[in-house]
Amino acid sequence: MISILIFIIFFTGGAVWFTINCRKVRRNILIGKDIDRKDNSSQRWKLMALVAMGQKKMFERPIPALLHLFLYVAFIITQIELIEIVADGVSGSHRMFASSLGGFYTFIISFIEILSILAFIGTIAFLSRRNLLKVPRLVKSELNGWPKLDANFILLGEITLICFIFMMNGADEVLYRNGWSHVSESQGSFGFAISAHLGPMIFGGMSESALHVIERIGWWGHVTMVLAFLNYLPYSKHFHILLAFPNVYFSNLLAKGKFTNLDSVTNEVKLMFDPSAVVPPSDGTPMRFGAKDVMDLTWKQLLDSYTCTECGRCTSSCPANITGKVLSPRKIMMDTRDRLVEVGKNMDVNNGTFKDDGKSLLNDYITPEELWACNTCNACVQECPVNIDPLSIIIEMRRFMVMEQSSAPAELNSMFNNIENNGAPWQFSQADRLKWAE
Amino acid sequence: MAEYLAKGETPELLFWVGCAGSFDDRAKKITRSIVKILNHANVKFAVLGTEESCTGDPAKRAGNEFLFQMQAMGNITILNGYEVKKIITGCPHCYNTLKNEYPALGGNYEVIHHTEFIQQLISNGLIKIEGGSFKGKKVTFHDPCYLGRANDVYEAPRQILIDLDSQLVEMQRNRADGLCCGAGGAQMFKEAEKGNKEVNVERTEQALATNPNIIAVGCPFCNTMITDGVKHFNKEESVKVLDVAELIAQNL
Ligand code: SF4
Ligand code: SF4
Repeated sequence: MISILIFIIFFTGGAVWFTINCRKVRRNILIGKDIDRKDNSSQRWKLMALVAMGQKKMFERPIPALLHLFLYVAFIITQIELIEIVADGVSGSHRMFASSLGGFYTFIISFIEILSILAFIGTIAFLSRRNLLKVPRLVKSELNGWPKLDANFILLGEITLICFIFMMNGADEVLYRNGWSHVSESQGSFGFAISAHLGPMIFGGMSESALHVIERIGWWGHVTMVLAFLNYLPYSKHFHILLAFPNVYFSNLLAKGKFTNLDSVTNEVKLMFDPSAVVPPSDGTPMRFGAKDVMDLTWKQLLDSYTCTECGRCTSSCPANITGKVLSPRKIMMDTRDRLVEVGKNMDVNNGTFKDDGKSLLNDYITPEELWACNTCNACVQECPVNIDPLSIIIEMRRFMVMEQSSAPAELNSMFNNIENNGAPWQFSQADRLKWAE
Repeated sequence: MAEYLAKGETPELLFWVGCAGSFDDRAKKITRSIVKILNHANVKFAVLGTEESCTGDPAKRAGNEFLFQMQAMGNITILNGYEVKKIITGCPHCYNTLKNEYPALGGNYEVIHHTEFIQQLISNGLIKIEGGSFKGKKVTFHDPCYLGRANDVYEAPRQILIDLDSQLVEMQRNRADGLCCGAGGAQMFKEAEKGNKEVNVERTEQALATNPNIIAVGCPFCNTMITDGVKHFNKEESVKVLDVAELIAQNL
């Protein structure tokens, strides 16, 4: 009885805490400006099925994709087992579905066990890719410190979780074989694909009480890890396992070369061409061209930042980055998120409104040098497995630097002057435009 | 265009030459090749000549939305004045800007890149390739970012190379995975930030790894960048950098 109570408090507490944190994230994302991404819902669902669920873009790099698939499928399928764990937890039963589902139960748990082994292999491979093989994109400087720790935490957590699953199933198997199981009075075997062999190998010969303790440690450990994971998500790059879905759904569906049109500029330009032009009145708030800080970005760009898994596919294909420039599209996303989290904390202590802290995304996180190194080539956008668009943030920040600060590099300013005066980026006269035909 | 108007005609097609195609000595040759192809296929076309002005692409990529929109509105006024319906461009940057970014400002045209247009001419039998001087030559194609990733045009230029009977070899990074030449995003007009390599050198290295006779391009800026890269490796004798239009024009 007491364990039921503990379980219910524990589980509800975990769920509530997670909900609170999710709402904070949602609030943070919604400080972004509005952008319409609700059109074409059927196309969006399809894209989500293909890219988020189907991992389509992952498979452009097949080896990590396969390893990742193990973890991904194992993660999803293991949630089925969680249903039983919750049912057992609140009712005090033991393997509630075992007798009613019969052979199907054996099949499901066996499936979970096999996937867990594959996930275990995947996790070990991922740990070695990060820490031993030092795959270039996984050891770049922007990952130093917390991001590296975060990645390793998750992987170690994964391994711990898998160990708990096998402790639980393995010990239970031995209990059953000795006729000590809570499932049945008689002796028998669950016949699960892995633990039916692994269990006796590891736990065979142990006393009944020791086995019960191990089984309970496995069970509680499993629950604890799941709740810990869940509540770790909002603080971690691992949040992508949930956000990847909405993020892909709200992808940009237009041509990648099409940059947004700044309507505020359009209105002013229209007035310059025709002073009598009718433009929609502004709502009175002073406008800022481009983005200096996270609140100048759109909610989709902020959602992007929370979704980024820090995998570095973008950075490893970025022409600027691979030729040694400081620009890294992954860092653009990480900085955006870090700044947004900082702004969120600021709002927490100021009754939900942001109090100027003298900092901004530009300069304090992202430097002009990074922004000016971009080729606007869209390689990062193309590569991202969850359809994140680092380029759009770079462009918004360039807009701020050019239109609000007039701080473009001198050569670009002379290019601007040339276009303005000669109608070409170079110092040629427009009257000479037809010279090629001579 | 003004001449056509004087005669009371509207040509079916406007050739948007672009700044590079108008002023850059190397790119002017590409412009003339495109014209040669259009004439060969008896396509009635016009150019804006001195009325053409920069599309504003480099300004937009550099973040100068004001200047971009000023340019765009100016150009749109002229294009709409001539009732232009269909535009062929010799530059993927003009192509992208006219096609994707002008509609929001009131400029709606059917825009087509010259490699797409030429490919259509070939498949419709309007131009016949003779000479076959590129038969069996190893050609690799460098995807311009603003034609490829930006607008998903990958196959038209390749089809032309196949039609030329050349041996098309792909770089390791091709199509959607292609690497920028280093000119995009207004980098053409400034020194690169501090790094350990130039982007064009990196890309040219990848192209040279295929051991090509020719590196084919579809953008005047890529052309400049890759040509410089080839010079960097002292390969200008053995490896030519040519626009797809030039390859066709040489075989008419
Ligand atoms: S668009 Fe900019 S940041 Fe993205 S890959 Fe290209 S150069 Fe790098
Ligand atoms: S932006 Fe996308 S590709 Fe880049 S690190 Fe984040 S998830 Fe990976």
